[in-house]
Amino acid sequence: MAARKKVTRKKVAPRKKAAPKRTPDAVIQKKVQEVRKKNAKLNALTVDLIKETAKGVHQRINRQGKPDLHFPIRSLKNVSYSQKKGYFEIGRQKKTRTLTVNTVKSFAQTLRMMGLSKEMVESNDFATKRDAYYQSKNWEDARFDEQSESDAVMDDIEAMFSIRGVSREQLRFVPDEHGGAVAGNLVVLDPDRETGEVERIDCTRFGSGAYSIPSTVEHLSFETDAKFILAIETGGVFQRLQSHKFWQSSNCILVSLAGVPTRATRRFIRKLSDECKLPVYAFVDCDPYGISNIYRTLKVGSGNAAHLSQFFCVPQARYLGVTPADIREYDLPTHPLHDVDVKRARDALKNDPFFQAHKPWQKALNDLLKMGVRAEQQALAKWGLNYVIEEYLPRKLANPGQFLP
Amino acid sequence: MTKQGSFAFTGAKGGKKPRATARKTPKKKVATKPATKKAGRKKAAQPSTKKAVRKKAAKPRGQTTAQEMAGKQRDISVSEFFAKNRHLLGFDNPSKALLTTVKEGVDNALDACEEAGITPDIRVEIHQKDETRFRIAIEDNGPGIVKSQVPKIFGRLLYGSKFHRLRQSRGQQGIGISAAGMYGLLTTGKPIVITTRTGARKPAHHFELVIDTKTNDPRVKKDLEVEWPAEHGTRVEIELEGAYRGGQHSVEAYIRQISLANPHARIEFLPPNPSKTNGSVLFDRVTEELPPETDEIKPHPYGVELGVLMQMFRDTKSRNVRGCLQADFSRVSGRIADEICTRAKVPSKRRPSEVTRDEAERIHKSIQATKIMAPPTDCIAPIGEDLLESALRQEVEADFYASVTRKPTVYRGNPFLIEVGLAYGGSLSADDSVTAYRFANRVPLQYQQGACAITKAITATDWKAYKMQQPRGAMPVGPMLLMVHIASVWVPFTSESKEAVAHYPEILKEIRLGLQECGRQVARHIRKQRREADEEKKRAYIVKYIPQVAVGLQEILGFADKERDKVVNNLTDVLEKSRKL
Repeated sequence: MAARKKVTRKKVAPRKKAAPKRTPDAVIQKKVQEVRKKNAKLNALTVDLIKETAKGVHQRINRQGKPDLHFPIRSLKNVSYSQKKGYFEIGRQKKTRTLTVNTVKSFAQTLRMMGLSKEMVESNDFATKRDAYYQSKNWEDARFDEQSESDAVMDDIEAMFSIRGVSREQLRFVPDEHGGAVAGNLVVLDPDRETGEVERIDCTRFGSGAYSIPSTVEHLSFETDAKFILAIETGGVFQRLQSHKFWQSSNCILVSLAGVPTRATRRFIRKLSDECKLPVYAFVDCDPYGISNIYRTLKVGSGNAAHLSQFFCVPQARYLGVTPADIREYDLPTHPLHDVDVKRARDALKNDPFFQAHKPWQKALNDLLKMGVRAEQQALAKWGLNYVIEEYLPRKLANPGQFLP
Repeated sequence: MTKQGSFAFTGAKGGKKPRATARKTPKKKVATKPATKKAGRKKAAQPSTKKAVRKKAAKPRGQTTAQEMAGKQRDISVSEFFAKNRHLLGFDNPSKALLTTVKEGVDNALDACEEAGITPDIRVEIHQKDETRFRIAIEDNGPGIVKSQVPKIFGRLLYGSKFHRLRQSRGQQGIGISAAGMYGLLTTGKPIVITTRTGARKPAHHFELVIDTKTNDPRVKKDLEVEWPAEHGTRVEIELEGAYRGGQHSVEAYIRQISLANPHARIEFLPPNPSKTNGSVLFDRVTEELPPETDEIKPHPYGVELGVLMQMFRDTKSRNVRGCLQADFSRVSGRIADEICTRAKVPSKRRPSEVTRDEAERIHKSIQATKIMAPPTDCIAPIGEDLLESALRQEVEADFYASVTRKPTVYRGNPFLIEVGLAYGGSLSADDSVTAYRFANRVPLQYQQGACAITKAITATDWKAYKMQQPRGAMPVGPMLLMVHIASVWVPFTSESKEAVAHYPEILKEIRLGLQECGRQVARHIRKQRREADEEKKRAYIVKYIPQVAVGLQEILGFADKERDKVVNNLTDVLEKSRKL
């Protein structure tokens, strides 16, 4: 490592137009039709499921009985992880909500929320959590007073249908959160909701900006000749790689996670990776939060929304860095671990099914705990601002086999 | 009259007298003598007297001889003492002086009426003469006072019928009203005016009296026979410097409370500013029945002090110790008297007057070691649970009332009894600490709340167990009024001014048990109330949300309005059925 010294930016090869093979229109149209057909089928299934649930309640009432609804229990206790499937899976434990005097309010609200969902599926519309909350203001006595109440009801419905294979997005409740940013050798094909006319979005042509992932991604399709997807934790590193056109020199797609990735971001990466057969590498800070929250969530889904994981995770993701070993190898400047960091790492080792299933991770976390320090991605700047582009990443990418699982 | 006032006085007296006698100062009058019985029990006033005497003698800082000092040493008259130490009797400030005067007058009136078996009709008038001067008149329909006794009763401190007996009564020593008169005289120079009549065939007498503080003797200024409409009764008028205040310590609050503890009394009150109240305020009686007459009891041996015991041996009419113990104490039979004597190794045939101090001490110890039956408790007259409750009902508008009269118990040989009344909800404020009315022998205690055993017992009770809020170690918070009454032949007060009950464990325990009994009742009520409110809420819930369930189903399944109504009906049936109403 002694030879390592500050390096100045090497000249990049002359800029060549990144030109993935343009998909013929017929193929696109075929794809669009496929997506439409699939969506139509899913929509029909969603409406059927909603109706079926309501019918059960209706019949029970007319037989003078107390109707009930079943929801899967959403907690880590009811979560399992299998390496084979590659994501967190919700268990079989269920809670039953019977219609009683005490639950009549939330029962009514649940039914009306399901009604709203059905209406949106039929009219091909969507609502954010906040939208749904305001929609409820028309529901007279069943209206919500706080958004937290409507969110809870929505989460319950979502969980109830997720075990039947229907996602929240499919129920037309979309998250109200920012998606990550994308740059690189990628063309996103985005058919118009109404006309079906396809918008071609070239992710190389955002200048110093980037393409922002929409809140629903199911209707998108892709064209790319990139070799891999690089998911980056911080906006700062993403910005550096983007402005120096790292995607061009390495022929890849850059995705900014901006902290724990949102559902849309996870879904986007998953879809892109699945459809274009691209490996996914994660580049995050070397601390318990980066590892056990950001990377873990990207790869296997989040613990308290395990019912969604099958859609919202990227099991093929691998951990590029920064690894605990990198701290030593690259002699990175570090900060001591805070108490919360230590607690988080211990908790991950003790309770998280993902880490329990992967020996190398246990070793890495224990290593980190032993060192008692953490290092950020940007710590690499110690060796020069563009060290990360010119040395670190190329070196790492030469040996993807050594990435942590 | 304030018992504790008498304590203080006797303490002072007791402290001083031995010296006076030792130095051959002529002995003083007899009326006050028996007070020495309690000598040494409360000495609060003693140091101040001593000091006063000492300081004067010591001032010249030179060579004053014992003989010269002797020339300055003289008897202090009771009246003189209290004229200087008026705070001991509750005349520390103008507003308290006014209240104390009314209090003494009303207490006396009630005692007199009850003793004579007359349902009390009392009228209290306060006339404002100018900014700080008031004329107070208290009139009753009592038995009246025999002409010859009037000057002594009102014109002399420590003259009365109630001191020499152990019996539940409001007053005890006969200081109060004459002290009030003395205070009036000191501050305004006006005499105390008494009009009294003892019967239809007797004339009414009108007196104007002043007290000669030097000699503790009355001076009659005026003595007339007058026309008086009432057949019997007494009217006392005193003019004094005072202040009329509202609030917790006001005259009105006192009358309100005393009528609460004396439901058989009818009290009419004319405040100094009648325009606000449209004339006088009437606190009517709840019952015509007088409280049962209480018996006088002899002291119980457990409560007696050594000095008192020695005095009793000196004063007794019995010819031997055995007889004395048997005759002068309650619950001492011949057998028990023998047992006491045997244990004390004092011959039971010994003449009481020949018992030495050592022997008396052995007898005193032996008494504590002997098992003696508790004193009779029929000497205590409670207000009674029913009357307590009706009085509370008349006093406050509440949702719930409870009252408890505990069985009489004994502390240090003195029988006592605790009563607790409670009103909850209604017009009472829910956000404040509860109001606690304290009573001792049917007299409200308005000052020194913090020092009182009653307050201690209330704050030491866990009101959270009874569904009330309570900050740590403080009064509970809630819409509640508490009333605690201690009735006893001898209420132990913490201080001279008869304002707080002493913390005897037996008393604290009884109060706590009474409070807990009431607390359990009010907790039942609160729980029921909450259950009902809950039930009400659930009913409203059903009416409110069932249609929404139906609308939700209709939206999804798209059925007709008729079907929707059917769902509402069915669901209402199901939910109503599942609840017990």
